[in-house]
Amino acid sequence: MHLILFFLFAGFCLAGAINLLLQTHPINSALSLIVVMTSLAVLYLLLGAEFLAIAQIIVYAGAVMVLFTFVVMLLNAGREERTLGSRAAGRIGFPAVVVFLAVLATIILRAQGLASAHLGQGLNAAPGIGSAAQDTSNLALLSQVLFHELLLPFELTSVLILIAILGAVAIARREGSERTAEK
Amino acid sequence: MNQSLHLWLIPLLPFAGFLLNGILGSRMPKWLVSAIGLLAPFLSFALVLNAYALTSISAASCAGCGPVAAVVLPYIETCPLPWFAIGSLHVDFSFVLDQLSLVMLLVVTGVGFLIHIYSVGYMAHEEGYARYFSFLNLFLFFMTTLVLAGNVLVMFVGWEGVGLASYLLIGFWFQKQSAAAAGKKAFIVNRIGDFGFLIGIFLLLASFGTLTFSEISAKLATNPATNPALTGGVLTVICLCLLLGATGKSAQLPLYVWLPDAMEGPTPVSALIHAATMVTAGVYMIARTHFLFDRAPIALTTVAIVGAATALFAATIGLAQNDIKRVLAYSTISQLGYMFLACGVAAYSAAIFHLVTHAFFKALLFLAAGSVIHAMGGEQDMRKMGGLRKKLPVTFWTMTVAVFTIAGFPPLAAFFSKDAILYAAFVRGTGGKILWFVGLLTAMLTALYMFRLWYMTFFGELRTADTHPHESPWSMRAPLVILALLSICGGWIGIESLSSYLAPSVGLHPAVSSTLHLELILTVVAVLVALEGWLIADKYYRRKTERPAQLAAAMPAGYNLLANKYYVDEMYDAVLVKPLFAVSRYVLGWIVDTGILGGIAWLLAGIASLTGMILQRWQSGNLRSYAAWLAAAATAVLLFVLLAQGAIPMAEPLTRSLHFTGAGH
Amino acid sequence: MSFLQHGVPLSWYLLLSAVLFSLGVVGFLIKRNIITVFMSIELMLNAVNLSFVAFAYQWHAVKGQIFVFFVMMVAAAEAAVGLAIIIAVFRVRATLAVDRIDLMKL
Repeated sequence: MHLILFFLFAGFCLAGAINLLLQTHPINSALSLIVVMTSLAVLYLLLGAEFLAIAQIIVYAGAVMVLFTFVVMLLNAGREERTLGSRAAGRIGFPAVVVFLAVLATIILRAQGLASAHLGQGLNAAPGIGSAAQDTSNLALLSQVLFHELLLPFELTSVLILIAILGAVAIARREGSERTAEK
Repeated sequence: MNQSLHLWLIPLLPFAGFLLNGILGSRMPKWLVSAIGLLAPFLSFALVLNAYALTSISAASCAGCGPVAAVVLPYIETCPLPWFAIGSLHVDFSFVLDQLSLVMLLVVTGVGFLIHIYSVGYMAHEEGYARYFSFLNLFLFFMTTLVLAGNVLVMFVGWEGVGLASYLLIGFWFQKQSAAAAGKKAFIVNRIGDFGFLIGIFLLLASFGTLTFSEISAKLATNPATNPALTGGVLTVICLCLLLGATGKSAQLPLYVWLPDAMEGPTPVSALIHAATMVTAGVYMIARTHFLFDRAPIALTTVAIVGAATALFAATIGLAQNDIKRVLAYSTISQLGYMFLACGVAAYSAAIFHLVTHAFFKALLFLAAGSVIHAMGGEQDMRKMGGLRKKLPVTFWTMTVAVFTIAGFPPLAAFFSKDAILYAAFVRGTGGKILWFVGLLTAMLTALYMFRLWYMTFFGELRTADTHPHESPWSMRAPLVILALLSICGGWIGIESLSSYLAPSVGLHPAVSSTLHLELILTVVAVLVALEGWLIADKYYRRKTERPAQLAAAMPAGYNLLANKYYVDEMYDAVLVKPLFAVSRYVLGWIVDTGILGGIAWLLAGIASLTGMILQRWQSGNLRSYAAWLAAAATAVLLFVLLAQGAIPMAEPLTRSLHFTGAGH
Repeated sequence: MSFLQHGVPLSWYLLLSAVLFSLGVVGFLIKRNIITVFMSIELMLNAVNLSFVAFAYQWHAVKGQIFVFFVMMVAAAEAAVGLAIIIAVFRVRATLAVDRIDLMKL
């Protein structure tokens, strides 16, 4: 069961990613990316990270990608033009990526001691952990660590987001609004 | 129980005067500058007198008078902080007072003080008044350091320092091109001599392992027989090197050329530095290291020959000079030749005796000449002078005393000292007799040109129309009178008592016990020769004053040779100076400086610029190009790290080589 | 169906992550629209997130998932600011082609 789900949604991921590359209109790429995000959320579920799956859908697919779509529509981006391009990108970039992928693949495939993921077993899936631990849900485990040890970084993250909001507003604000105000 | 003589104050007081006048002098009123400038040498002189008094009480204490609290010579003062200690060589700042340095110090500080007083009057209207006095005090500091030095290095410090002071003072009127050039010439020629001195120091160090005079003397005294290397050979080379240094400083052949040019400086400077004290440093140094020269007969002979040759050579040039100061300069070179001759026949006491009397009469000559120049409004050419004896009485009478002294007439000072030298030369074998004859000939020439100067300056009629010569102020006249008195009675101490006084430092004067007949005959011959010189001068320069011009016209080649100083300067210029300039300009200037160094600089700049031009094209601003390079670099780093850790199985040999080079953990 | 009873080897997740990441880099290199380039960056971040979650499963470390949480937050903030910048640049340059925007001075 796990295998089938994995193959299905991994396939969706790959398809979405390749489609992102192949499409010329940015809106199509955005929609493909949404497919990727959602498939990844399912994969998180398979890996026992329920909270992250939901967060992925809410934050990424639901907010970030919508933002992208808004910007595409706002700027009325059209199909890509064929511009001058960069020779370096083709001659150095591609081989580098290929080598990169090859190396990583080799290491991953030859690595020993990697577990097998089973459906439904989250972090508690390990021999030796007592039944009491089995009752703790992923969410509870997460929040235990997040609000005890890592409270400060958590709060700082909220400050960070605030700053990001302010920055985005300041940068994207229309300069002309002041001139119209003077009139 | 030795009282402290405070030797260290003797150099340090003039140094303080130098600092005060040098730094604050331009802001102080003139009377204050003079006061500071005079106070330092006066105090130094007082200290020297005090030292003399304390030591002679000790010497005069007879048996039965009881011990008197006094000081025993040699008296050594060492600075508690050592100068440096490298390996087995340990050098201190040490001052040594013995009979030789005491006599020398009396001359240096005494005559120096008189000349300082004279300078107050002579330099009264000068711009750089404070600068002058600070340099003069600086000179005194270095000279006293040289005299008091207990080891060769401290002496060398003083040696170099007086050269520096000489350069500063010769070029005092540095706006004048000739003065600046003369200062450079003096310093450079001195440097050549100092090179010899340095080689001598190195050899001394290598042979004896120590640089203190007393230790070297002790080492030589104890084992001349057991260590044959310390006789002849090395010692001769050392002495010849030291002689080279002495010829540079004391203006002997072949390094005398700077002294006539040094007359560009103010006249009191010529009197102090280039007559009485600095140029005698070479003689002093030879007397100080006499224990080396005594064991190197070849070097000693060389000293004598150099001295005699220089004496004659300079006297002949002095005959044809018209500048009053140049005549005196060549006279100085000639008299220094006498002192070297005395050292060369191991009569060190006679050399010191002549040094002392020479200081008196030569300083007097220069100061009186300065008075004449001052009266003539700066004119130095004797052909434009004449008849000054009525207008400058004090100057005339003091100069007369000096001229008669240098000619060697009894009972004036130089008669005794010159006589001692000639006698010592005569009794020194057949070579000595030749030297004696040269000395005699030089004595006649000395009398001749000095009386020539006397007649041309003071007799006849004034040959320049519109000058009004007036007598000098009392600050200039008083030292003249004092020096004249010293010239009269300075020689009465006698060579025997002087040599017995100096014996502990320079050894006994040879053949002091003489056959009275021989000495009397030689003395009479010398006086007759001097008289002959006076008569010739009288004939040509007072009675038949047109004859010299006729003689010069009759022998133009000979006269030109003398008048142009044997063209030695021109020869040096052609043989040494011009080739050096050529090498400097073409080899060092074009090839090394412009070619090699400039080329290297150009190359470096070119590389930087070229690299910049190449790398500039990499910064295109193109985002995708940047991204590509980023990806490539990241991949490279990943590969490197993984290879180093051996995580990539297929690259075993590469991994092994990385491990060998120490990469990875 | 023992085959179906097997769990998915973790290395397959990691492989998927690596492939997604490489596709993101390729997208960065070949896409000409600046918004699409930005989307490739998001793809890269997601690939890394997957890798973190996989290893969190492997070592039973919840901190891996917390890290993913923070990465999501930062990516969101970054997307906001980045898109604002793109809008500002578009206002001046009137082009979204990444090759045409190559000067520091707008």
